Amino acid sequence: MSITQSSASLFTTATEEKEGAFSARYSLWIKEALDELPHSFTITDPFISGHPIVFASPGFLKMTGYSREEVIGRNGRAFQGPKTNRRSIMEIREAIREERPVQVSILNYRKSGSPFWMLFHMIPVFGNDDGRVIHFVAVQVPISGRKMRNGSGCSEMVFGSCRREVCLGSYVHQERALPVECDEQELENWEHCEASESEKLKSVEAVGNVLSVLTRYSEFAGRLVCGKRSCLRVADCLSSSLVISLGRIKQSFVLTNPCLPDMPIVYASDAFLTLTGYKRHEVLGQNCRFLSGVDTDSSVLYEMKECILKGKPCTVQILNYSNRKDKSTFWNLLHISPVRNASGKTAYFVGVQMEASCKDIESKELRPETRQLSVVGAVRVAVRSSFMVTC
Amino acid sequence: MLLKIKRVPAVVSNHQKDETAEEEEGEGCGRNILSKCCINVERLPLYTCKPAEENVTFLESLLLGEWEDRFQRGLFRYDVTACETKVLPGKYGFIAQLNEGRHLKKRPTEFPVDQVLQPFDVNKFNFTKVSQEELLFQFEADLPLEAGNSPSVVAINVSPIEYGHVLLIPQVLDCLPQRIDHKSLLLALHMAVEAANPYFRVGYNSLGAFATINHLHFQAYYLAMPFPIEKAHSLKITTTNDGVRISKLMSYPVRGLLFEGGNSIKELSDAVSNASVCLQNNNISFNILISDSGKRIFLLPQCYAEKQALGGVSSELLDTQVNPAVWEMSGHMVLKRKEDYEGATEEKAWSLLAEVSLSEERFKEVNTMIFEAIGCSAEEEEEELEEESSISGGFIRVNCCISVKEEAVSN
Repeated sequence: MSITQSSASLFTTATEEKEGAFSARYSLWIKEALDELPHSFTITDPFISGHPIVFASPGFLKMTGYSREEVIGRNGRAFQGPKTNRRSIMEIREAIREERPVQVSILNYRKSGSPFWMLFHMIPVFGNDDGRVIHFVAVQVPISGRKMRNGSGCSEMVFGSCRREVCLGSYVHQERALPVECDEQELENWEHCEASESEKLKSVEAVGNVLSVLTRYSEFAGRLVCGKRSCLRVADCLSSSLVISLGRIKQSFVLTNPCLPDMPIVYASDAFLTLTGYKRHEVLGQNCRFLSGVDTDSSVLYEMKECILKGKPCTVQILNYSNRKDKSTFWNLLHISPVRNASGKTAYFVGVQMEASCKDIESKELRPETRQLSVVGAVRVAVRSSFMVTC
Repeated sequence: MLLKIKRVPAVVSNHQKDETAEEEEGEGCGRNILSKCCINVERLPLYTCKPAEENVTFLESLLLGEWEDRFQRGLFRYDVTACETKVLPGKYGFIAQLNEGRHLKKRPTEFPVDQVLQPFDVNKFNFTKVSQEELLFQFEADLPLEAGNSPSVVAINVSPIEYGHVLLIPQVLDCLPQRIDHKSLLLALHMAVEAANPYFRVGYNSLGAFATINHLHFQAYYLAMPFPIEKAHSLKITTTNDGVRISKLMSYPVRGLLFEGGNSIKELSDAVSNASVCLQNNNISFNILISDSGKRIFLLPQCYAEKQALGGVSSELLDTQVNPAVWEMSGHMVLKRKEDYEGATEEKAWSLLAEVSLSEERFKEVNTMIFEAIGCSAEEEEEELEEESSISGGFIRVNCCISVKEEAVSN
């Protein structure tokens, strides 16, 4: 192995890391099995900050003109553009938030910048053991554009221009992406492009195929997934939509559940893991006390406990012990506060950490205290709606 | 004929007192009411709109951080997060909140409702009288300010509908009356764009459409849910020369227009401003909802206050004391009585909003006026599309007291 080859193998790229996280859930050869499917589809992980794509099929890459590295780690929004219908974008966003399937025609853009209409069909994939959403699978079926609808009217509108008739007439019976000869600007200006019945069936078939592969390979791995939620989500498991919302907050914080014994951590941000040097699976389910050590002032701990019992916010300066390589301690300016959900009752406590040394080198535009409180505010907004599911 | 209704105003500032009590007590924060300089803007953090590449979440962090600070300091009349809220079952997902603290158990005051344009009255409460601590930050589209322009500020609403409920007051010291002008609407649109969050909406109520205070202001708050109005389908009517697409709402209880697109934020904003000014000049009250991070703007003319003043609203609806301002029109209903909250249904919300909407005929008239003012023609096909009710499959037809309205206008 040459020097350049060996040094390259030392570093996992971000792409490989995300793909690795995906494969870890399933048994070996999952990616190869998915690669064999002819369809265009992507798989996203709501538990990674930014809800990124963690798998993209060869069919997807071919359709959009991107390479695998350019797609993995990006959010699906990246393929939308200025003329993409805003209401359709909202439909997808809300389906994700409500953890339910959606099928909608939408305008997307290739790497070249050229627009194309496709039928977007997305389903949640649930873990059988804990009932939470593990992934979202999204299938893309290009629409030939035979029928178009304007708004909510049902008339099949055939435009008068010869060019469009040529485009449409010759391809009536084929399910392909629109021919390149069609004026792209016109494509963008269509209010809506209805998929044909056969295109809709294609999307259902594709979704089914992908789900079968995932189910089979999860079974082998002993952690079955399925298309329907088989059990109620366990109490200490947050909904994927809450996790997605929390994933947008870049600062270090945790959510703890005061209703569970010993008030365990139910969410930890990436920044918290970086600050403390722990891995996510090491902290979830644990009480925060693992961050305290020999020299942590017990009166401060007592003060915190009192505030929690009274349901009041408080800020303390506390000595914490990290799990970073140097096992260093750090002064943590910690702010905790109770957070209510839609019922109006306290559902969680949020703890926002601020390393004391960082206090002075914070952004000169926003005071560190304000930044810390903004995390509390963002968590309140996210949690406030987290129980508001439509019936 | 002067039309009036009686209602209890929502208190948006801790220094806002009962209108009639003002004559007896000193008002505002105790300082000289003739002085405009009750507030010291220099002490506020300043936010100016940045080019797109820079820190997109900065406005959100500033707003949430400052709001949470006031929240913990107890400046709000109640903890809005302790108010129970739910989504009503049904196709649209109307959002209901039980909020007993928002409206006071006070004697209702009279509000003239037949004049959308009213001159500023220094004797009434206005935003130069809020205290320093109610102000969060100064917000400007760009600096330096044009000569003679006073600063624009963001303040808390002490009776919040949701977390983060703020008031945007353009050029606060200029004491502009509550009416839309191009510069102010553009500022409000900038705020929605800079917040970069589809769950942060900015709203406006004209006089007669349940604006509480005749001092130019917009409202905004966070709610991580879709508003029913955002789910409604729309039918394109026309596109302006600047590329602004105007559509009308379909199968939603309120008839209204949706503005999208445009070659720039300013062009989108100007289209809405032109339409609003037209409504103002024709004494038609309306609400504006800026949604989807400033990409979609709803313009909703209404006639509820007038109807109420003329006795055209059922007592059942009046008893709920829901004033259909922009948030209610969008599908977010704040209810003060437990029985209304427990018994809230999509049908009830629908029928309340249907009462507020203009009739089809009146709406067509208004659209004609608006398009003339904007300088474009409707391309809409004159198909008779059945407007479905999403609930029972039948019609919910609204007639906004056309004959009554004519009577009012002729006076």
